Amino acid sequence: MRKIKSVSDLERWKENIFSREKQDEVIISVCGGTGCHAYGCKKVRDEFAKIIRKNGDVKEIRLRYTGCRGFCERGPIVTIQPQGIFYQRVQEKDVPLILSETVEKGKILEHLLYEDAITKRKVTSEKEIPFYKAQHRLVLGNNGQIEPTKIEDYIGIGGYQALSKALFEMKPEQIIDEIRASGLRGRGGAGFLTGKKWEDCRKAPGELKYIICNCDEGDPGAYMDRSLLEGNPHSVLEGMMIGAYAISGSHGYIYVRHEYPLACKNAETAITQARKAGFLGKNILGSGFDFDVEIAKGGGAFVCGESTALIASIEGRVGEPRSKQVHTVTRGLWGKPTNLNNVETWANVPLIINKGSQWFSSMGTEKSKGTKIFSLVGKVKNTGLVEVPMGITLKEIIFDIGGGQQDGKRIKAVQTGGPSGGCIPASLFDLPVDFDSLTQVGSMMGSGGMIVMDEGTCMVDVAKYFVHFLQEESCGKCLPCREGLKRMGEILDRITEGKGNEEDLSLLEELAEVVADTSLCGLGKTAPNPVLSALRYFRPEFEAHIHQKRCPAAVCTPLIKYSISESDCTGCGACAKICPTQAIKGEKKQNHFILAEICSKCGSCIDVCKANAVMVQ
Amino acid sequence: MERKTVNVTIDGRSLDVEQGSTILQAAREFGMHIPTVCYMENLTPYGGCRICVVEIGYDGGSKTFIDTSCTHEVKEGMVIQTQSPRIIRARKMLAELLVASAPNVKIAQDIAARMGLLKVRFPMEDNRCILCGLCIRMCYEQMDGKALGFVGRGMGRKVSMPFEVRPDTCHLCRGCDYVCPGVIVPCQGVTDPGELCGRCVRIEEMPSCCSMGTFGCFCEQNPL
Repeated sequence: MRKIKSVSDLERWKENIFSREKQDEVIISVCGGTGCHAYGCKKVRDEFAKIIRKNGDVKEIRLRYTGCRGFCERGPIVTIQPQGIFYQRVQEKDVPLILSETVEKGKILEHLLYEDAITKRKVTSEKEIPFYKAQHRLVLGNNGQIEPTKIEDYIGIGGYQALSKALFEMKPEQIIDEIRASGLRGRGGAGFLTGKKWEDCRKAPGELKYIICNCDEGDPGAYMDRSLLEGNPHSVLEGMMIGAYAISGSHGYIYVRHEYPLACKNAETAITQARKAGFLGKNILGSGFDFDVEIAKGGGAFVCGESTALIASIEGRVGEPRSKQVHTVTRGLWGKPTNLNNVETWANVPLIINKGSQWFSSMGTEKSKGTKIFSLVGKVKNTGLVEVPMGITLKEIIFDIGGGQQDGKRIKAVQTGGPSGGCIPASLFDLPVDFDSLTQVGSMMGSGGMIVMDEGTCMVDVAKYFVHFLQEESCGKCLPCREGLKRMGEILDRITEGKGNEEDLSLLEELAEVVADTSLCGLGKTAPNPVLSALRYFRPEFEAHIHQKRCPAAVCTPLIKYSISESDCTGCGACAKICPTQAIKGEKKQNHFILAEICSKCGSCIDVCKANAVMVQ
Repeated sequence: MERKTVNVTIDGRSLDVEQGSTILQAAREFGMHIPTVCYMENLTPYGGCRICVVEIGYDGGSKTFIDTSCTHEVKEGMVIQTQSPRIIRARKMLAELLVASAPNVKIAQDIAARMGLLKVRFPMEDNRCILCGLCIRMCYEQMDGKALGFVGRGMGRKVSMPFEVRPDTCHLCRGCDYVCPGVIVPCQGVTDPGELCGRCVRIEEMPSCCSMGTFGCFCEQNPL
């Protein structure tokens, strides 16, 4: 690779890449995201490579191993360009068929197409799939166009154009003005205005300034930062470079947890390539601007996503937050002004510089602009990463994109913002999603987790799960978070075991409010949200646990009872055979019954019963 | 040299305090009491116990927030409340959490008594270490020992030496011992150990079990 020393070099390189692309070339893109990896996409890709190599150059075929496409539930995903055919759940054995039928003859393989759950119609192209149709994939969209480990691919889709524009056509102040005018807010959760943060950091006294990219994403069920860093690391790097130029920072860190091996690897590769190409290092593109980035791997502590704890971790100290009266933009890493932004925020920056702040601020609501990536999981038909414009309603996300309820049970709530957020009941699904509206109803945007729950989910159990998660992940420095969360967990344990009393609820509320008031960092301050919001919207469920000793969703094991319906039981004996504690008795062809005192409530009998005779109460 | 001062209002009193001092220092300079647990003069403020929280606002603004007075520096125009209902409620709950986890540590009982706590609604435990971090800061900052540190996180957090072995940097100065509030056991005359004590400040006459004969002594001699 030749070093790019000027803008014209970059242009020449881009044209060179274009000229090499052939019109009739077939591009097979296999999704290589972590989700598809779990489904065995590597085998699929290897099989493609093997057969293509064996067949020789019958037709120009280019194989691409892309980043995450978002529709992880349907993996491994394979798309074929230029026809734009979208195949899902592709297995190794399908590969020869795809090559011989679709690529050679142009025939579409029906059994690999996505089937619309409602209309039962097979859908050929990605754009027509309801999951993708309502989305606005500005940031995430490029994941499917490029191979994350190839800088040429990124250059080919117009990569590093924003950097050259920023370096040669704009002054640092202009860049900050542009970002501020766009209304971009931090995508990490708090929603602080990015332009304001940059300005504060630029104005902070000091020669040496640091830039940090926060990829310590740890919310249960959320993975948008990982997919972005895995699938398009150069866009994040480019954002950081522009930010560094605007703030006059000279050194950057990407803080990524080591549980994200692919993200670490791809980011590392991208940095090496960018350095070789001259986008990082001394005198970038001949502009006289110096900047370099390195990767700092985190040990995977949830609290290290908090900015001061993250900085402590990079410095080699224990990942513990400190008092934030003096912000990190004035005194951060090694005591120097530090600008820290989330992966998604950085990835938005090149877009704004390229297309202008007006274009960006035309999307979204009054105070929240642009798009946001959510990880839609839980009890909906289509799960995966969705990128939608701010201001879209929860209903549209859950029912249009997510496809609605999974198996007959009504959707009753959605949990947004992970452990720091709260549950929003179905009655509020018309709520437009943006930073402020979510905070108003007692939840928060967070980094973008969205867990859909139906009637089979016990809200007390959900609150308990998040409290226990945070209790484990709390650093333990401050008393309210360490002791308070432990006590909240104890109270919730008591309630789900049927040992709760009336006072528990008021104590829980009081404790939750004090923990939120007095905790040191964001983890503790937002920790009671899941409990408080569950109490606010689903108080009857808590009361049912306490007064009637009953779990309405039949989830909390100490409060439920298994029985066999006499009218439905066929006496097949399958349940008695599977029962690990031999708690089911009954003669063949006769009604069976469960001995409650031996029953371990494992639920195996429900799974095997063909007559649906096992009931839970 | 003239001292630079800023004007702040603490509990309704307008005061000129030294620039760069913390709210706690400023309040104490003027004889105002803010209870603390993990704070000690000449050691870096830690902000871990949160007992010293105060409500902070600015002149003319209606918005207030809560932060620890030991770490928050004074700024011109600050309006500070050390005894607002929100603060009292928070401190009371913190005291309850503290005494429930370490009823046999004197300072926990003292704070609970100070806050007028009558009942603990949580199951009592018996921790001797309240994780205030005084020993660590003493060792590190004053004795140049660097022999102690926190290990683990959340509920598994504890004070320990590296790999649980006494390092050569430890001079056996006992500075950690000297500052540790956990080694001071509360008066055990009135109630069973492990229960909420603090009754001495609430009852009228001096109990016969008070061996020192100076009932309520810590209130005057060792203000919390």
